[in-house]
Amino acid sequence: MLKQIEGSHAMAEAIALCRPEVICAYPITPQTHIVEGLSAMVRDGHLTGCEFINVESEFAALSVAIGSSAAGARTYTATASQGLLFMMEAVYNASGLGLPIVMTLGNRAIGAPINIWNDHSDAMSVRDAGWIMLFAETNQEAVDLHIQAFKLAEELSCPVMVNVDGFILTHAVERVDIPDPEQVDAFLPPFDPVQVLDPASPMSMGAMVGPDAFMEVRYLAHHKQMQALDRIPEIAAEFKAAFGRESGGLIRCYRCDDADTIVVAMGSVVGTLKDMVDTRRAAGDRIGVVSIGAFRPFPLEEVRNALMGARRVVVLEKALAVGMGGILASHVRMALRGHPNRVYTLIAGLGGRPILQPSLNAFMDRVAAEPHYDVHFLDLREDVVEAEIARMAAERRSGPIAENVLRRVAALGQMMLPDAAVTGDRP
Amino acid sequence: MNQTVKFYQTGTLTVGNRLLDPEHRTVQASEERSNAITCGHRACQGCGEALGARYAIDAALKAADGNLICVNATGCLEVFTTPYPETSWQLAWMHSLFGNAAAVAAGVAAAQRVKGRNRVRVVAQGGDGGTTDIGFGCLSGMFERNDDVLYICYDNEAYMNTGVQRSSATPGGARTATTPAVGEAPGNVFGTGKNVPLIAMAHNIPYVATASVADLHDLEAKVTRAMGIHGARYIHIMVPCPLGWGSASHDTIRVARLAVESGLFPLFEAEHGVVTSSRPIRRKVPVTEYLKPQKRFAHLFRPDNPHGADALARLQAQADENCRRFNLLRAEEGK
Ligand SMILES: Cc1ncc(C[n+]2csc(CCOP(=O)(O)OP(=O)(O)O)c2C)c(N)n1
Ligand code: SF4
Ligand SMILES: [Mg+2]
Repeated sequence: MLKQIEGSHAMAEAIALCRPEVICAYPITPQTHIVEGLSAMVRDGHLTGCEFINVESEFAALSVAIGSSAAGARTYTATASQGLLFMMEAVYNASGLGLPIVMTLGNRAIGAPINIWNDHSDAMSVRDAGWIMLFAETNQEAVDLHIQAFKLAEELSCPVMVNVDGFILTHAVERVDIPDPEQVDAFLPPFDPVQVLDPASPMSMGAMVGPDAFMEVRYLAHHKQMQALDRIPEIAAEFKAAFGRESGGLIRCYRCDDADTIVVAMGSVVGTLKDMVDTRRAAGDRIGVVSIGAFRPFPLEEVRNALMGARRVVVLEKALAVGMGGILASHVRMALRGHPNRVYTLIAGLGGRPILQPSLNAFMDRVAAEPHYDVHFLDLREDVVEAEIARMAAERRSGPIAENVLRRVAALGQMMLPDAAVTGDRP
Repeated sequence: MNQTVKFYQTGTLTVGNRLLDPEHRTVQASEERSNAITCGHRACQGCGEALGARYAIDAALKAADGNLICVNATGCLEVFTTPYPETSWQLAWMHSLFGNAAAVAAGVAAAQRVKGRNRVRVVAQGGDGGTTDIGFGCLSGMFERNDDVLYICYDNEAYMNTGVQRSSATPGGARTATTPAVGEAPGNVFGTGKNVPLIAMAHNIPYVATASVADLHDLEAKVTRAMGIHGARYIHIMVPCPLGWGSASHDTIRVARLAVESGLFPLFEAEHGVVTSSRPIRRKVPVTEYLKPQKRFAHLFRPDNPHGADALARLQAQADENCRRFNLLRAEEGK
């Protein structure tokens, strides 16, 4: 059914359609509306056969989820940012135990400085935690990915994280097609666990494993994700057959066929990039976009095939490996190893900074001429950065950086847009 | 507490097994015992935790008619019972992390509820570190929600699995690897630590009890009583650790009994925040009798330790205060 609906509520409805049996969560912006929606549905009887548990921390939220999933209940939780870090030990534990929990991550920056707005730092901090990680481009896809996520998780007995951009998706009201319950029931069979805590057939779960077997256990976790490389596109195809929509999959290419330049990105920013591509195509630029739908497992082969023909690849990412540069970009370079194309890292949108067409266009205009193709920062305020660096060098007790930068930004006035401000390049 | 004591065995102060009704006797080897922890575990000789866990879980299994799921925090008990690929557990058992056993158990209980498996009961267990320190947030949350979980803490008063470091259950004066018996005030600092049974009571949960491996009947009776109640329940069991306490392996029961008989470890039960029973001390012993067999307190008795006498006096005062608070020295009825 088509609805004009907030992204979080649409996701809550989709999750409810998957008939979760235990939901537990701890509030954190921008995830709150999803779990509030679910708790209301449990309370008012829309979602039956489900326990909603209010816990005292994210660590407890995922721990309760570990218990209920191990006991054979379909289990859901959601978090973001600091909450994900607070549950970190349990994040690794859930995947290590092979528990098919589905978790929404309302992608948000990580502090300090504390910041509630969107970027992908939180997701990137758990990229090696053993979860399957999917990224939604639109709220429609966010809805659809949750339905696919339960199927994928339970088939492989592996937790799945559905990444949705905080605010940009979670709080945006737009038109979303919410599937019918019968359709979802037909697509998603009841949870049939591969391992379950059951007094009728007792077994020990979570035993200590020493050097004699740990490597094999880890290898098998990797093997599962390699299987997911096959299952993710298959499930997307099954989804299309059942619901009539393209959603999910490993990667999606937009106007890439004859492209000289391809921009690679994840999540909602792909929509912005598609608009940019259309504008530039109209002006004769041969440019396309590749959207990474599955970051874990990372589809190296698909990415290589999609990018091989391009002369330039710009990886736009909403995260920064401090002291190194791009994270997604490193993955893309790995996919393209041995190929002569240039890979540019464009760090953008950190802490919710808007990613604007004029800035993107300015960067694309000069990218062909760009001599260095390492790290670029979109709309970085060079004036602020230079001044702060100088002040820190001049004064020993220079004080907290965040507060100083805020003061300077206030003094210098609003951010100016590309032609006046510099598109900062800091290798 | 579940029986009227008619006679004590001379010398040991234990209730004579032979003189009890058959149903009150402790029978270690019986076809009826479920032997939750069976052979193959790697606990030290004389480990109080292994003994306590076996009796507690056996009693819980019996009360649940075998329909029990157990969640275990990281610690000695977890490590010595599941050296991969072997397990000593004869029931559905799970280990997740050090600090989340109460929350994982709450999840297991939620799953039973939602699946309509009303007969399946859930126990969580951990050491004092996993309970009073790192797992305390999850434990308090489980209490506060009144989740249908029995949580059992095996208190050996330190982090044994990592080599005997101080926890918030370590008593004042005790030597641990992180409160060494050196310097001005050797051993663990007095005036620190927390009493989790009392904190559990402050959550108004239906049942809280303390127990000791010195009295296995009492321990079994308390577990059985707890299993007859739904909601959040807490049992705190004192389990001497020969390795960490520097006591002889054959002295585990004796040391545990002296802790009770000195008043340092009061045995009591509470319902909804109110103490409902306590075990009277028949013949109170000075705390020194309890402390002396343990090397972790040896420095308190050294003549060259100027603070030894003061530390002993403080421990004695704690024991006396427990006797007063829980009315442990009352004349026993029917005697
Ligand atoms: C998060 C975390 N921190 C620290 C440890 C290391 N660790 C494992 S067991 C343990 C001590 C357990 O002490 P306690 O709970 O008292 O149980 P005991 O071994 O004494 O029975 C520690 C510190 C861990 N496994 N996980
Ligand atoms: S160290 Fe202590 S608690 Fe651990 S197995 Fe040995 S006796 Fe038991
Ligand atoms: Mg301990």
